[in-house]
Amino acid sequence: MSFAQIWSTYIWPIGVIVAESLLLLVALLIFVAYILLADRKIWAAVQMRRGPNVVGPWGLLQSFADFLKFVLKEPIIPAGANKGVFLLAPLVTCVLALSAWAVIPFDVGWSIAEINVGVLYIFAISSLMVYGVIMAGWASNSKYPFLAALRSAAQMVSYEVSIGFVFISVLLCAGSLNLTKIVQAQAGPLGMFQWYWLPLLPLFVIFFVSALAETNRPPFDLVEAESELVAGFMVEYSSTPYLLFMLGEYVAIVTMCAMGTILFLGGWLPPFPVAPFTWVPGIVWFMLKISFMFFLFAMAKAMVPRYRYDQLMRLGWKVFLPLSLAMVVIVAGVLQFFGLAPK
Amino acid sequence: MNLSALFFYLFSTIVVASAFMVIASRNPVHSVLFLILAFVNAAGLFVLVGAEFLAMILIVVYVGAVAVLFLFVVMMLDVDFAELRQGFLQYLPVGAIVGFIFLTELLLIVGTWITGAGAAGAIRSPIPPASEVTNTQAIGRVLYTTYVHYFELAGLVLLVAMIGAIVLTLQHKTQAKRQNVSAQNARTKASAIEIRKVRRGQGI
Repeated sequence: MSFAQIWSTYIWPIGVIVAESLLLLVALLIFVAYILLADRKIWAAVQMRRGPNVVGPWGLLQSFADFLKFVLKEPIIPAGANKGVFLLAPLVTCVLALSAWAVIPFDVGWSIAEINVGVLYIFAISSLMVYGVIMAGWASNSKYPFLAALRSAAQMVSYEVSIGFVFISVLLCAGSLNLTKIVQAQAGPLGMFQWYWLPLLPLFVIFFVSALAETNRPPFDLVEAESELVAGFMVEYSSTPYLLFMLGEYVAIVTMCAMGTILFLGGWLPPFPVAPFTWVPGIVWFMLKISFMFFLFAMAKAMVPRYRYDQLMRLGWKVFLPLSLAMVVIVAGVLQFFGLAPK
Repeated sequence: MNLSALFFYLFSTIVVASAFMVIASRNPVHSVLFLILAFVNAAGLFVLVGAEFLAMILIVVYVGAVAVLFLFVVMMLDVDFAELRQGFLQYLPVGAIVGFIFLTELLLIVGTWITGAGAAGAIRSPIPPASEVTNTQAIGRVLYTTYVHYFELAGLVLLVAMIGAIVLTLQHKTQAKRQNVSAQNARTKASAIEIRKVRRGQGI
């Protein structure tokens, strides 16, 4: 095998994928840094505070200062901890959260891997996220993290069920598991009124609330309910491992915002398919919609008090599960009866 | 040898190694974690042969749901490691029988694969080319047309199992205080509050 062959079969394809992934990662991490700042700023504005405003102009460099502080502190590993699993847990959380972005399309063809089962891939990754929590809770070898890990694992598994049914209903309408095709199925002359948020409004609401619960955002932040369980499963973590948990959490939140954008808000499509809107590149619309979704997340955090655990479970199993199951049947029935089902 | 061959060897090495570690590691929680690693890499193997739907379902069902329950149970157990090692000889005969059956079955499969190479292709339903339909659609067509009754039967068995599990664990506690959300929401100012004029020094 000559060098040219090795180059074309191994080095070039791997190099391209690595370069694309690096570009995406850097862009994503910078975006997450500002999403984190926006979260704090919105929260502060609702409470009529100023929020972080010291580091850099208007506090714009706050997230980077926090990053340096986390990295430079001493990581403390408890003597009784299971060291390997203890350090593996934050890595698992962070790597899984980032790997979901391999299939997210920012525009037609703008994704690292355009796979036919994109929705299932995202669903599989988000169902794996629970391992970070369980492993951290168990490996800490301490009571509070363990209790917190058990109940937050139950929470994440519960809300996955209704998210799964929401996905199925959207798939029935779009006729594909491919994220790009789901967005393209929402294109039409009516613009934003043809995106799935309007015809599937109950499902959009279920998805939004389940996404809050799945990513452990307030009002469902029982994972680290600091007034009851100190800091949940992260009690024993400090410095960089803690940073990885935080990073994984926020990346997962942005992933859920992106999924909401793709499934219900028409991805990169402009709000109306007419001249001034169509001049704007698709990725700008996509980022604007993600930011809008995140704004809703942040407002929910600022305004809604925390749920009690039994209420959370009741909402998941007794309200959302029957509702989303009924919606699957109704959507399938309507599509079949009126002959709207995609071929 | 191309890139997919490279990944095949990577995934299958990890599957075999982690499957070995499942039975070799002392700590049962580590065993379950290695089992999960084996599942994930098996999903990688599915992707390599083009069965992407099966790969994702393997991860969602086994890793995302079944293995979580495994891990829950194993973590809650009060494991005594010294006691675990003592029972090895006691369980050896049972383990040997199970292992022998598996080995025979594997040999039978490999044997038919070598002697009658086309036999497996003759009995299965024809696979449409990947360029025409995605394998999600192909599985759906076979499952919901040819085998729809078996599929519903399997669903029925699962339903019965689920109801059985609920009936076994359900306890009607008459003492426990329960929250009735609809009753709470139905309360109005008129039904919840009574305003009385209280005379000074008398009370209600």
